[in-house]
Amino acid sequence: MATAAEHQTARSEADQAAADAARTAAHTAAFDAAVAADERIEPRDWMPDAYRASLVRQIAQHAHSEIIGMQPEANWITRAPSLRRKAILMAKVQDEAGHGLYLYSAAETLGASRDELLDKLHSGRQKYSSIFNYPTLTWADVGAIGWLVDGAAITNQVPLCRCSYGPYARAMVRVCKEESFHQRQGYESLLALSRGTEAQHAMAQDAVDRWWWPSLMMFGPPDDESSHSEQSMTWKIKRHSNDELRQRFVDICVPQAESLGLTLPDPDLVWNEERGHHDFGAIDWTEFWAVLKGNGPCNEQRITQRRNAHEEGAWVREAAAAFAAKHGEAKA
Amino acid sequence: MSSSTEWPLWEVFVRSRRGLSHTHAGSLHAPDAEMALRNARDLYTRRSEGVSIWVVPSAQITASSPDEKDSFFEPAGDKPYRHPTFYDIPEGVKHL
Ligand SMILES: [Fe+2]
Ligand SMILES: [Fe+2]
Repeated sequence: MATAAEHQTARSEADQAAADAARTAAHTAAFDAAVAADERIEPRDWMPDAYRASLVRQIAQHAHSEIIGMQPEANWITRAPSLRRKAILMAKVQDEAGHGLYLYSAAETLGASRDELLDKLHSGRQKYSSIFNYPTLTWADVGAIGWLVDGAAITNQVPLCRCSYGPYARAMVRVCKEESFHQRQGYESLLALSRGTEAQHAMAQDAVDRWWWPSLMMFGPPDDESSHSEQSMTWKIKRHSNDELRQRFVDICVPQAESLGLTLPDPDLVWNEERGHHDFGAIDWTEFWAVLKGNGPCNEQRITQRRNAHEEGAWVREAAAAFAAKHGEAKA
Repeated sequence: MSSSTEWPLWEVFVRSRRGLSHTHAGSLHAPDAEMALRNARDLYTRRSEGVSIWVVPSAQITASSPDEKDSFFEPAGDKPYRHPTFYDIPEGVKHL
């Protein structure tokens, strides 16, 4: 038989649960109203757990992409054809490191820790953009990446500057400002090749042939197969659907390719007067899923190099921490 | 092996031009204040975006709570007379 005191406890627990539910409802209403009014959610605001988790997943994946993305291009730094191109490429790759750091910081405002995020990248529990699992076979690939890969990234990232989560949106503003240099230097480099010797022109065309389709895949699966899209749109993390952004990118690229004097490797690419957009050929999504699952040409190489860089840098981190501790400056 | 002793987090404030105040730019990890400054220079002023940088250990910042936002800032809410637009001045009166 329950005692009076036990009844008392049961009642106060029920009261407590009711009060918690009321508070959550009030918080949810405030959150929904802020999102609806296009206000930004800031780190210490209440937010639904799923919103937080979704942002951490997206921002982490974005951060990982920036730092893994340094590898294919860094591959050409020592072999850049001139000092000018070398200085530009180093600046670009350094920017990508910076983009990774802005984004890791944004993820940390949501309670994720830097070490934990890196562990998840290294152990394959979090992904990075599949585009970086393709190899950079020739110097022209550096130009094609700047034009197409950074171009696709810009198309994706510009709307993220208005994302509902403040720190992510602010990081994107900074990133987008820097990306336009990336795209222009790539375009200029490809143009030089395209207008160069026959062999140089062929090399530029070959690079575009290889990077075009993977760049279109950067926008993610088609809308009807995209698992996170709808909720992200409701939360205003995403502002446009994958297919919408992909179409925008194709429309932008067609005249740019013409000015380059290069062709895009798609026989079905044609202007559709009625739609006011270019129609384009079917994307090979089996390739996309295969690369995503780890079977791209460079998945193994990229993650191994990342792990090695992290491990080989351990002594530097430890030495710096020891130095700071010795001088009594580190604030734990 | 990954060490789990993360460097502390620092908030970075950048003065973009003389005559302007420092503005929050973002945050970064660094083992000490000197390294935080150097990292901040490399991370936030790669294109001459600043002429001066402050770094502050994130743990040292005390912030108002968003939960109390209404009550905390409420005292200023009912004092429109603190704004110049509160006052009716006859047409034609100048320099006021
Ligand atoms: Fe980037
Ligand atoms: Fe970039």
